[in-house]
Amino acid sequence: MTEHSVPAPAATSQTGSSRVKRGLAEMLKGGVIMDVVTPEQARIAEDAGAVAVMALERVPADIRAQGGVARMSDPDLIEAIIAEVSIPVMAKARIGHFVEAQVLQALDVDYIDESEVLSPADYVNHIDKWQFNTPFVCGATNLGEALRRINEGAAMIRSKGEAGTGDVSEATRHIRKITGEINQLKSMTRDEVYVAAKELQAPYELVLEVAETGKLPVVLFTAGGVATPADAAMMMQLGADGVFVGSGIFKSGNPEQRAAAIVKATTFYDDPSVIADVSRGLGEAMVGINVGDLAAPHRLAERGW
Amino acid sequence: MTTLRSESIGAGETAAVGPRVGVLALQGDFREHAHLLARLGAHVSLVRRPEELATVDGLVIPGGESTVMDKLSRAYGLAEPLKRAIAGGLPVYGTCAGLIMLADTILDAIAGQQTLGGLDVVVRRNAFGSQNQSFETDLDIPALGDEPVHAVFIRGPVVESVGPAATPLAALPDGRVVAVEQGNLLGTSFHPEITGEYRFHEYFLGTVRNRTLNG
Repeated sequence: MTEHSVPAPAATSQTGSSRVKRGLAEMLKGGVIMDVVTPEQARIAEDAGAVAVMALERVPADIRAQGGVARMSDPDLIEAIIAEVSIPVMAKARIGHFVEAQVLQALDVDYIDESEVLSPADYVNHIDKWQFNTPFVCGATNLGEALRRINEGAAMIRSKGEAGTGDVSEATRHIRKITGEINQLKSMTRDEVYVAAKELQAPYELVLEVAETGKLPVVLFTAGGVATPADAAMMMQLGADGVFVGSGIFKSGNPEQRAAAIVKATTFYDDPSVIADVSRGLGEAMVGINVGDLAAPHRLAERGW
Repeated sequence: MTTLRSESIGAGETAAVGPRVGVLALQGDFREHAHLLARLGAHVSLVRRPEELATVDGLVIPGGESTVMDKLSRAYGLAEPLKRAIAGGLPVYGTCAGLIMLADTILDAIAGQQTLGGLDVVVRRNAFGSQNQSFETDLDIPALGDEPVHAVFIRGPVVESVGPAATPLAALPDGRVVAVEQGNLLGTSFHPEITGEYRFHEYFLGTVRNRTLNG
């Protein structure tokens, strides 16, 4: 809480409702959420036009390189980043680790990412996100997975991609898969939706809602392997509401300039002349790993069930 | 792909004769505003460039992140034309970040953050604290009728002081002002666009129509 916070202003007011949780994601749309590991990086991200930051101890590329069990970040680090910036601060809990999520809520982060980038804490259950006042974002590789997370209380979805690689191909696969499955649902007759729900392994009511509205009931961002302005713009053209950039900024040669360039390319995603302009002279992009070269056990996107 | 997305703002539902209203589309929930305005009969377009601003009779600045809108509007030469349009009497309605953009003075801004100005008010960013303090509530706003307005505050700002040129329209029970108007400018701390509350937009479209009729 900041020094200005006060108790809820009226007896009838309500915090932590679905509308309030999903509403923050609505306000992030058209924006770029950047991974940061220090308050200094958070400051650079805010100054470059990030719409929020993800506070981490290690970016996914380093988690990948260093191996071992990846866990929630040190509360001191998260608090230092919250103190540094005025934009929303997100932080990651391990899949299924509801106590890490409780801690993050107590630290007053603005969004909790139940993330496959960290080592899972439960190979069966995800966190019951309805129990929290703080909203959650969760990863998904397809529509069924997205709807299972929403059913558990996720207020925002990000397609997973393959984090820490700088290879955008999995992000492309996942956003195309999700939007493609939504388009299929839209064209179905009512009786076909029952079978679709079974095949998607998702609750019928949510599947029907998607079939009727033609979109997810929550905001859909893209993540995992976005490293250039053109990558970000491509995700937007493929139907993402915004992008997460993890290792792509602070593992590059000129983070300030690259961060600002990705922000501009996300807003002007349909204007190739702007994307060309911001792509000039950015220096080295992160080196990157081709996802095809990763042995299956090292593919983070396969975590989550 | 791009075409599909611009259609999705509801161009099909837009009446060709309605007032031409732009929604600033640099970042934020601009599609929600566009849908609502189109449903109310406005001819809606998204505004990201000076030439797009020149074609509208009114503008909505959506919810989102004010620091991002400020940076992008200055980087792409939109801030100065916006200030001139506001000074020239263009009706503008800002929600949340949009209210911040319209305020003459802001508190708890980041270093170097600027606003377009126009509303004679002092607005504090993130006045309620983190997302855990975001809330929804009912507000009595006599100017919009007897039915209370269901208001959603998302890391919202409040109007800390209202100068002589501006008029408060709504306040929380503790007295803090959360909606103001001044001439053709309207600002709310909360987000009618995400609750299906249409009366603010209707009120704003009335201002746009009046100004268009009276030249």
